Amino acid sequence: MKTFKSIFTAALIVGAAAMATAPANAAGEVENPSRQSWSFAGPFGKFDRAQLQRGFQVYREVCAACHTLNRVAFRNLSERGGPEFSDSQIKALAAEYRIKDFDDKGEPIEREGRAADRFPRQFVNADAAAAVHGVAPPDLSVIAKARGYSRGFPLFILDALPGMAYQEHGVDYLAALLMGYTNPDDLNWNRYFPGHAIKMAKPLSADQVAYTDGTPTTEAQYAKDVSAFLFWAAEPKMEERKRTGLNVMLFLLVFAGLMYFTKKKIWADVH
Amino acid sequence: MSGHSTYVPQSAIGRWFESRLPILGLMHGSFVSYPTPRNLNYMWTFGAMLSFMLVAQIVTGIALAMHYTPHVDFAFASVEHIMRDVNWGWFMRYAHANGASMFFIAVYMHMFRGLYYGSYKAPREVLWILGVIIFLLMMATAFMGYVLPWGQMSFWGATVITNLFSAIPLVGEAITTWLWGGFSVDNPTLNRFFSLHYLLPFMLVGIVILHVWALHVAGQNNPAGVEVKNVQRDTVPFTPYATAKDGFALVVFLIFFAWFIFYVPNYLGHADNYIDANPLVTPAHIVPEWYFLPFYAILRAIPSKLGGVIAMFGSIAVLAFLPWLDTSKVKSASFRPVYKVFFWVFVLVAIGLGYLGAMPAEGGYVIAARILTAYYFGFFLLIMPLLGMFETPKAVPATIADAVLAKHGNVVMNPAE
Repeated sequence: MKTFKSIFTAALIVGAAAMATAPANAAGEVENPSRQSWSFAGPFGKFDRAQLQRGFQVYREVCAACHTLNRVAFRNLSERGGPEFSDSQIKALAAEYRIKDFDDKGEPIEREGRAADRFPRQFVNADAAAAVHGVAPPDLSVIAKARGYSRGFPLFILDALPGMAYQEHGVDYLAALLMGYTNPDDLNWNRYFPGHAIKMAKPLSADQVAYTDGTPTTEAQYAKDVSAFLFWAAEPKMEERKRTGLNVMLFLLVFAGLMYFTKKKIWADVH
Repeated sequence: MSGHSTYVPQSAIGRWFESRLPILGLMHGSFVSYPTPRNLNYMWTFGAMLSFMLVAQIVTGIALAMHYTPHVDFAFASVEHIMRDVNWGWFMRYAHANGASMFFIAVYMHMFRGLYYGSYKAPREVLWILGVIIFLLMMATAFMGYVLPWGQMSFWGATVITNLFSAIPLVGEAITTWLWGGFSVDNPTLNRFFSLHYLLPFMLVGIVILHVWALHVAGQNNPAGVEVKNVQRDTVPFTPYATAKDGFALVVFLIFFAWFIFYVPNYLGHADNYIDANPLVTPAHIVPEWYFLPFYAILRAIPSKLGGVIAMFGSIAVLAFLPWLDTSKVKSASFRPVYKVFFWVFVLVAIGLGYLGAMPAEGGYVIAARILTAYYFGFFLLIMPLLGMFETPKAVPATIADAVLAKHGNVVMNPAE
């Protein structure tokens, strides 16, 4: 009790000092993206296969014109916990790509892609990409983890807590960005991009990609689907991770219970 | 405390071996019969967690090093290779990256416990100073480890921190160039950081062994802050008592650790570190890992570069002088009503500095950082020496056994002696 009193007194002193110097918050430049409801959020979250497949379609027909996906291999698209295309689909898909290689005499050749190949680069390096596009379009393999925003104190603390855990800042930002071209007079103005002037002109418009499963072909739907796909591309082992986590947690909780009673029994004669 | 071992192995082979190399006796004396004060609370379980974390970091680190490539062109790609292609690679990497944070959470709890209960006071000065050296080595190891993935924060964090050495008069520039192995953070820097990141943990193991040795010579401090007077009445054997208690606390700690690994693995990291290092693009805000933030705030609170560097290193160095800065005769803050308040203010100041370290160094943030920095040093250099002279401590129990009895209701149960 005495300790709590001391902590309380201490908090009062520091609180008073903090108020005396209340720092001007430099926020308010760009608004935070709105939160989407993702099937893969939370401890039991799983990817929506159909959504990942649609998202891949959007990537392939729209984004891939400029953006690479270098760290993802074709085979990943058929692995468990991802879009789970069939092996034959992946074989056919890979074969549509030309891969630079060498023959057995050491001569440079271009061959058909195989499932084990990664998505090929369009340019030899970033300078070559910048020469064509103005700026080098970033590779999208980990973009969903390479972007994010802070909800600021104290909300950022809640983002770590069980039941409230929020790890989807990056993917929410991507979806918001793709839907953020709200100025019809300026296709390079984006509501969520820092400074608002974005080099990537509005990439998505309604009915641009033909979905085959009856999903509405709206801009917002495309934005969400491709963002979900990019989250998977950045975190392809997420389902395995969360599944393992559940087993680990159950084990540790039981173990902790046993340890608690063991400790209690051992110490019973001391106090 | 432990004295000469009286351990006699039960088996004939054990006795044969013991008379030639008494290592079983050493283990028995250190982890079985070693007397621990019977009034230790759960704040005394962080030492076991730290030992566990050191081993866990070395094990996951060795596995990661098998798949990692320390080269500016391949480092980032090799980390992604670990995350995507290596069996359980995602687990190894997330356990190692979050493990560093867990290590620091445990060490900060351990240090604050020492600060609260006066664990640095005689006869534990050397034990405490070894702890400060461990903390410094941990910081160096963690800093170099964060550079290895070669993301934007790796590169720019390394640039900012190594540049601090250029503040040293006359030789600063030469030292910085020598550290870099060139004229900026580049491939030679990454290579030597990898080499040192692998070396330092083993040096840590060495100092930890000295730390535990010093602990077993001086004996553990305890919440009452009085020394063991009667081994029979004041202590219990390490096994099974401390092992069971440490074991339970460790499993609870593992639940906390596992939550981060499996459910919020990137919470403690920074999104910019998933962008390939680019020497031509500076991130909007360069922030170190959370466990460095209080020291980063102190660095930036001082208007001059050299002054900031001195203050930052001084904020850690001052800890080594605590045994002589604290003039109080009483160890435990439980019996120091005034110190207790100053201590909790210090804890909040440290957290506040951590918050300010993550904020941009401008306007009110800088003013606040300066006030908190002043308190940080004032706490050690003014409050601790003066308080020992002016504070009237409460009555301290005569023995540990008395403290235990008082706490459990039987206030004046003087055992017949």
